[in-house]
Amino acid sequence: MAASDAEAPGMRPWILMSPALGAVVLLLAIPICFILVYSFWLRSAVGSEQVGFHLDNWVEVLTDRFYRDILLQTLRIAAISALLCILLGYVPAYFIARSTTRHKTVLILLLMLPFWISYIIRTMSWINILGVSGALNVFLLWTGAISEPLQILYNEGTVILGLVHFLLPFMILNIYVSLDGIDPNLVDAARSLGATGWQAFLQITLPLSLPGLAAGSLLCFVLGAGTYITPMVLGGPRDAMFANLVFEAIITQLDWPLGSALSLALLVILGSVVMLYTRFAGIGQLAKSFR
Amino acid sequence: MDETTRYQRLLERFRNGDLERRTFLTLLGAASLGAGLTGGPLKGLQRQALAATPESVRFDGWGGVVSEAFRKYAFDPYTKNTGITVIDGTFASGDEYLNRVKAGQEGEYNIFHASGVFDYARYVNLGYDVVLNEDNIPNLQYVMTALMEPFRGVTGGKLSAAPYDYGTTGLAYNTEKISKEEMEQKGARILIDPEYKGKIGGSGDWRTRIWYGALATDQDPNDIKDMDAVWDAIRAHRDLALKYWGSGAELMSLLAEGEIYVTEGWSGRIAALQQQGHPIGYYDAPNGYAWQECLMVLKGSPLEACEELLNFMLEPDVAIAVAEGQNYPPSLDPTKVDLGEKIPELPAFDPTGKLAGLTFASPAYWNGNEAEWSKTFGRVQKGY
Repeated sequence: MAASDAEAPGMRPWILMSPALGAVVLLLAIPICFILVYSFWLRSAVGSEQVGFHLDNWVEVLTDRFYRDILLQTLRIAAISALLCILLGYVPAYFIARSTTRHKTVLILLLMLPFWISYIIRTMSWINILGVSGALNVFLLWTGAISEPLQILYNEGTVILGLVHFLLPFMILNIYVSLDGIDPNLVDAARSLGATGWQAFLQITLPLSLPGLAAGSLLCFVLGAGTYITPMVLGGPRDAMFANLVFEAIITQLDWPLGSALSLALLVILGSVVMLYTRFAGIGQLAKSFR
Repeated sequence: MDETTRYQRLLERFRNGDLERRTFLTLLGAASLGAGLTGGPLKGLQRQALAATPESVRFDGWGGVVSEAFRKYAFDPYTKNTGITVIDGTFASGDEYLNRVKAGQEGEYNIFHASGVFDYARYVNLGYDVVLNEDNIPNLQYVMTALMEPFRGVTGGKLSAAPYDYGTTGLAYNTEKISKEEMEQKGARILIDPEYKGKIGGSGDWRTRIWYGALATDQDPNDIKDMDAVWDAIRAHRDLALKYWGSGAELMSLLAEGEIYVTEGWSGRIAALQQQGHPIGYYDAPNGYAWQECLMVLKGSPLEACEELLNFMLEPDVAIAVAEGQNYPPSLDPTKVDLGEKIPELPAFDPTGKLAGLTFASPAYWNGNEAEWSKTFGRVQKGY
């Protein structure tokens, strides 16, 4: 009886966490196990699966230069997109956080407005803006700035543009949450001690907003590295990302085992990035941005 | 006693009146629940259960005007006549749909609008075909023999599908930038002409790319001797192309907006652009890529209900309405059925009903190379 009483408090966190743990196991762990099993099978000649334990898919994914190159291209595009999101996202986040208008909530709502529209529609909207007959070319032709329409679409630049468009709200929201939690008296104290506005920003506001910046960067990078719609819609023939390989293996080539190996490889790589990030940035630092 | 025999005995007792409907359905329900939980071992029983109670039949197609025409002219009258509801689904590509069927249960998907005989053969190879009782589909008498034979060739003289329409993937070009004479002179080689660098498009489908690679290198697409030359042609096209398109809507947008001047294109989509007044020409090069679509019935479906629905869909009024909506000629033999005024004007239309002038993909040849070619194309497309 005494032992049971002693164990009860120890079990309580597990009992409380059980719904969440159950969801993670059912919706994440078990499906990943299925994918893992699939990755050791082979595609048969007609497109069905040859059950067994084969390492062929893994050997191909880990040794083929093609996959490595596309992976590096994916990480590069995701990193550039995340960096651009930092540069473009900080000022609006700062403006909203420091705004004293009573319509601050409206500003935040406006930030979330793009989420109400389908990601694919948002991505495709750039075709109407940057296309040969799009709004930008029509405007430039009308002003006489150009005599022939510019070919802007379907290259790596437009893929990055589409990703930034998609990811920017995530970055702004993360930075905003971090900035909003900074006590304004700290800046006032720095100013009263002789710091200029710029110095106060560099030495007080920026360091304290870094957790939000870090969380936003990680989120943007991971989401960017896992996308496949944007390069399909806005990219040219060569502008593929790693998730496009997964899509092609599974949908076009009907090679579920290879697609499984590819998707697990991407999961492991992005998971490693997250782990390294938290190792050096500190998971506590990331958590601070949401306090 | 296996599950199927057990089910058949159950059904017999029900038909003889030895079993109440409620009891019969309860037993079937329990069996279905078991099948759902246990998967494979009871799959057959679940399939039979679905076949015995066809309250609905699922049809999957390309959506849009075609779907609307089917709903108006075929599905609603069919439901009125039989009491069986038609659940109308759509898909974006044949590849995507095959993945759905693979991931689903037998009987979950019933009839779909398949593209190409090679697509039909893929389903057959995976064991998803059925044997249709052609006596239950009297409207098959109006269908061109030339369209049915390739399907029969795949399934040993039987049919698991009814041919429905046909078309070509020819060369579409902006008539304000490229003359008809230039198009006819260059043929498929125009897709690798550096003069149009950055203004060339192309289908992102590996079959189309290889077919046109073969044409550009003067080879028979159904018997390619020099595959390296074809890959080189595909690489040359890739380096000159602005964009690979992945859907009919994207193809139309690229041409209509002037982003590209020349590409392969689906005859029906190009006809639609022409009807909208865009300056787009269409040229079927010798040995151009012809294909036919069919309505395929999948394993595990309620056969008689599906056969009756196919018959409704092959009704000349329905087939003509759908053909006019999607701009592809129907499978109906023009020597047996009056196809009206619009259809004879559509690209690829053959008034003889023999289709002797069109080149279709050989299913055995293309499906035999599918695994290797689709994978290699994925690499070549990305710069390799």
